[in-house]
Amino acid sequence: MNQNEFIKTVSPFKDKLFRLAKRLLVSTEEAEDATQEVLVKLWTRNETLSELKSVEAMAMTMTKNYCLDQLKSKRAGNMTIVHNNYTDSQASLQQKIEDVDSLNWVEKIINDLPEQQKLIIQMRDIEQYEFEDIAKILDMSEATIRVALSRARKTIREVMTKTHNYGIG
Amino acid sequence: MALDRIEKLIDKYFEGETSIAEENELKTYFSSLDVAQHLQQYKPVFGYFSQAKAEEFKAEIPLNTKKRNVAVWLSIAASFVIMLGVGTFMYLNTIEEIPSTATAYGTYDDPEKALAETEKALALVSEHLNTGIESVSYINEYQNSKNKIFKK
Repeated sequence: MNQNEFIKTVSPFKDKLFRLAKRLLVSTEEAEDATQEVLVKLWTRNETLSELKSVEAMAMTMTKNYCLDQLKSKRAGNMTIVHNNYTDSQASLQQKIEDVDSLNWVEKIINDLPEQQKLIIQMRDIEQYEFEDIAKILDMSEATIRVALSRARKTIREVMTKTHNYGIG
Repeated sequence: MALDRIEKLIDKYFEGETSIAEENELKTYFSSLDVAQHLQQYKPVFGYFSQAKAEEFKAEIPLNTKKRNVAVWLSIAASFVIMLGVGTFMYLNTIEEIPSTATAYGTYDDPEKALAETEKALALVSEHLNTGIESVSYINEYQNSKNKIFKK
C-alpha cells in the first residue's frame, strides 16, 4: 500500500478517530496528537493492513488503547488531580447557573461519565456504529455494551432533567 | 410524526434497544421545531450528538517515514563519500612512499651481491676522497715559504 492509497483508506474515518480521542482526552491538541500517533502507527504496519477485515475497527481500537494509556500515565504522574477536580466542579457549578448553552451542558455531562460509557456513547450516539462493530472494537459482548449504553443515556437524562427543571423552577 | 410513537422510541432508546434507524428518527424529530413541551429537555442531547459528529480532524497526517528514509540514505551516502576520500588519500600516500624508500635505501636480497656493491661504493668514496686531498696538497707550499721567511 503506498502513501496515496493509505490516505484514501484512512480519510473516511480519520475524523471519527479524532472525535473518539477528543472524547477521552478532552483537549483538542492532545486529541490531534493522539490521532496522528495512531495514523503513523497504522502506516508503519501498512503491509499487513490489506489482510485486515476492517482497518477502521482496528484504528478505533488503537485510538481507544492509546488514549486510555495516555490518561493512565497522566494520572500516575499527577498527584494534584483530586484538588483539580474539586476546583473544576466548583467552576462548573457556577457555570451551571449561567450557562444557557445546553449543548455545552450535554458535552460536560458526557465528559463526566466513566471512560467506557464515554466510548460507547461516542461510538453509538455520535458515530452511529452498529452494536456488532462496537463489540469488536471494544472487545466486549453486545449485551454488556447495551447495558452500559443504557446506563450512560439514563445518566445524561437524569442530569438534563435536573437542569431543565432547575431552569423552570 | 405520532407523539406516542416518539415516546415509545424514547423509552426504548434509554434501554439501549433502539436500532440506528430508530435513533435517526428521534434525531430528526428533535431537530424539528415543533417538539412537544414535555420532551423539550431531550432536545439538546440529540442536538449535541449531531453537532459533535460534525467536528473534523484538521491536522495533517504526518507520514514522514519517507522523509526519514531519505535522511538515512543521505547519511549513508555521506559516510561512504568520506570513507572513499580518506581511503584514496591513504592509498595514494602509500603508493608514493613505497618506491621512494626503495630507491633511497636500495636493498639487496643476496648478501654477496650486497657486499660487492658496498665495497664498490666505499671504493668510489675513498677514491674521490684521495683526489680531493691531492688537489689540496699545494697548500703546504704556503707553510714552507712562510717558514723560510719567518725563521725562528
